[in-house]
Amino acid sequence: MRVSALGCTAVTALLLLAATACGGREENGAAATATGACQGQQTTGITATGIKLGGIYPLSGPASAYGDIPKGIKAYFDYVNAEKNGIGGRKVEFVVRDDGYQPPKAVEEARRLVEQEQVFALFQTLGTPSTTATWDYTNQRKVPQVFVATGASVWGSDKAHPWTIGWQPNYISEARVYAQYLKEERPDAKVAVLYQNDDFGDDLLGGFKKAIEGSGIQVVAEQSYEVSDPSVDPQMRNLAQSDADVLLNVTTPKFGSQALAADARNTGWNPLHIVNNVAASITVLQPVGFENVQGVVSSTYYKDPNDPKWASDPEMTLYKAKMGQYAPDADPSIPYHAFGWAVASSFHKAMEAAKCPTREGLRDSMRNLQNVQVDMLLPGVTMNTGADDGFPIESMQLMEFKGERWELFGDVIDTRQEFGPVGE
Amino acid sequence: MVGFLQQIVEGLGAGAIYASLALALVLIYRFTGIVNFAQGEMAMFATYIAWQFTAAGVPFWLALVLTLALSFVGGMLIERVVIRPVEGAPELTVVIVTVGLFIFVNAAAGWIWTFLIKDFPNPFPAGAFEAGGLHVGYSTLGILAVVGLVMGLLYLLFQHTRIGLGMRAVAANPESARLVGIRVGWTLALGWGLAATVGAVSGILVAPLLFLEPNMMGGVLIYAFAAATLGGFDSPVGAVAGGLIVGVAETLAGAYVGFVGSDLKVGVPLVIILGVLLLRPQGLFGRAVVERA
Repeated sequence: MRVSALGCTAVTALLLLAATACGGREENGAAATATGACQGQQTTGITATGIKLGGIYPLSGPASAYGDIPKGIKAYFDYVNAEKNGIGGRKVEFVVRDDGYQPPKAVEEARRLVEQEQVFALFQTLGTPSTTATWDYTNQRKVPQVFVATGASVWGSDKAHPWTIGWQPNYISEARVYAQYLKEERPDAKVAVLYQNDDFGDDLLGGFKKAIEGSGIQVVAEQSYEVSDPSVDPQMRNLAQSDADVLLNVTTPKFGSQALAADARNTGWNPLHIVNNVAASITVLQPVGFENVQGVVSSTYYKDPNDPKWASDPEMTLYKAKMGQYAPDADPSIPYHAFGWAVASSFHKAMEAAKCPTREGLRDSMRNLQNVQVDMLLPGVTMNTGADDGFPIESMQLMEFKGERWELFGDVIDTRQEFGPVGE
Repeated sequence: MVGFLQQIVEGLGAGAIYASLALALVLIYRFTGIVNFAQGEMAMFATYIAWQFTAAGVPFWLALVLTLALSFVGGMLIERVVIRPVEGAPELTVVIVTVGLFIFVNAAAGWIWTFLIKDFPNPFPAGAFEAGGLHVGYSTLGILAVVGLVMGLLYLLFQHTRIGLGMRAVAANPESARLVGIRVGWTLALGWGLAATVGAVSGILVAPLLFLEPNMMGGVLIYAFAAATLGGFDSPVGAVAGGLIVGVAETLAGAYVGFVGSDLKVGVPLVIILGVLLLRPQGLFGRAVVERA
């Protein structure tokens, strides 16, 4: 009895100690605040001469192709640090961590970046699962989670996570682009949809259905698949029976290739094939054979380094030169590098526009972007956000596959202008 | 009616794919008495080797022969290096080792060849045989033919050769087998080598359809397990029949049973596994294990 009472006291004392230790640390964190006009705002990870950012990407594992993105970002920041004196005099340090596309690891890395590395902000987490896993944490800690690399519409429509914001066009906006195209070109299209049975597929298909409401376009068949399915051939077969004249292919890369190949094999059914941006990479089309994917339609929003149209474009020339200089091992023709370059220069603009060099300043700045032009984005695509608009990019341009590459056509479609805010 | 028959044909095509991997599962079970969870990944790895050969300009059929030979050696090596140390350990230990092998082989393939998808040359001509509005792809016919051939060879091996007899003895009772002069170690290694070879055939058959990437066989393995369970884990004929039944059942359920649709299609093999285990644990063609009291 005596012993256990003693034990209890010891445990209580230990707990108390731990609590005070934690409390002490918390206070230290809160002590890093700004003075003057920005009084009381957080300045962790930012000084007069430097700013520290953390990014989480799948550098290993099944999604490791996306691991090229931080190479483009690093090249951009290295260039800005060396030749432009950083962002407003602050040199950018960009710390990259690998989560292998596993949400639990993303949480662990987010904690390490915020608590040990003491980064100013998380600049990109990649993928909807990893971002969903981390955004409660970043918002509790009031750490900006800027321009996450996923197209889920929830980053913009959610009100409870003001510290997290997306960047690329969300899947609903993308669906609206295809709807707009069909309204103009095929006003009474019968559409068959193949989609991945998760939030990504639901977002795009739901957005598409909503966007065609009141028009002559109908969805006549839909088939979903699970990421664990060996093949989408059975789904494609069922869709072919619908005799639809448009096929909307909402898939991730492997299944995108399978669906494109199945469509090419079936000579009795020749719908207009629209493949979503996620599966529109050359690496998806090439295994199918370029001769089998002629005339396929998709959409994009940033400049493709392989498109001769941009050969003499000043930003593309700069990008290629600086990639050669600061990332000599990376191939600048890989679009993921250009994506990294574009998102890094977007961060540059958002950070520059911040009224206070604080976490709060960045949070407010990223929700107050007005017609911000980023030169790696397509001409006519700008960043716009506001108090009720959490979607930086909502414009895209259509492209058609011709020969061995994508060719842009038509005008840039501003989906907010055509369809109103997402989620209304 | 034509639509229904077409669905059956497509189901048989899918079933042939499952059957091809199920044959490898059955083979290794017959030899060693364990279920190899890494079978699909070993097949995938072998397919990458074949791809590497063809990418280097080796003609397809030569690449096939080289790959099968390498797979045989690789399978034996795996048995010697990875499985031998846990030989005689409880079955669960061996199963866990094969799960570890699964993860390792998958990661190794991703590390060597990246996770970008690759196209694999199709040994069968494109196009389809048509009769009365029914399309039967040449590649479906080709896969069915190859699976039938492998099944026949395995049947002969099991029933009509000394190796088959020895291997059955080893699987049934390793100690007694050793006492009557069977080289148990070599028999086990032979089993792994042959299973790896059959697996390689499976991977090479499916790669042109599914596209080659490290997770290619993951989905197939689930269906192959269902096929082997349904047909009986110790019967090559059962594995093929099981594969075809699973393929057809899955396709028909997806197309005609409204609430199943494509969403629940993957549940069909699970229901089959459960039903078979409840009603006839040894499978349709398997033999019940009888223990002497």
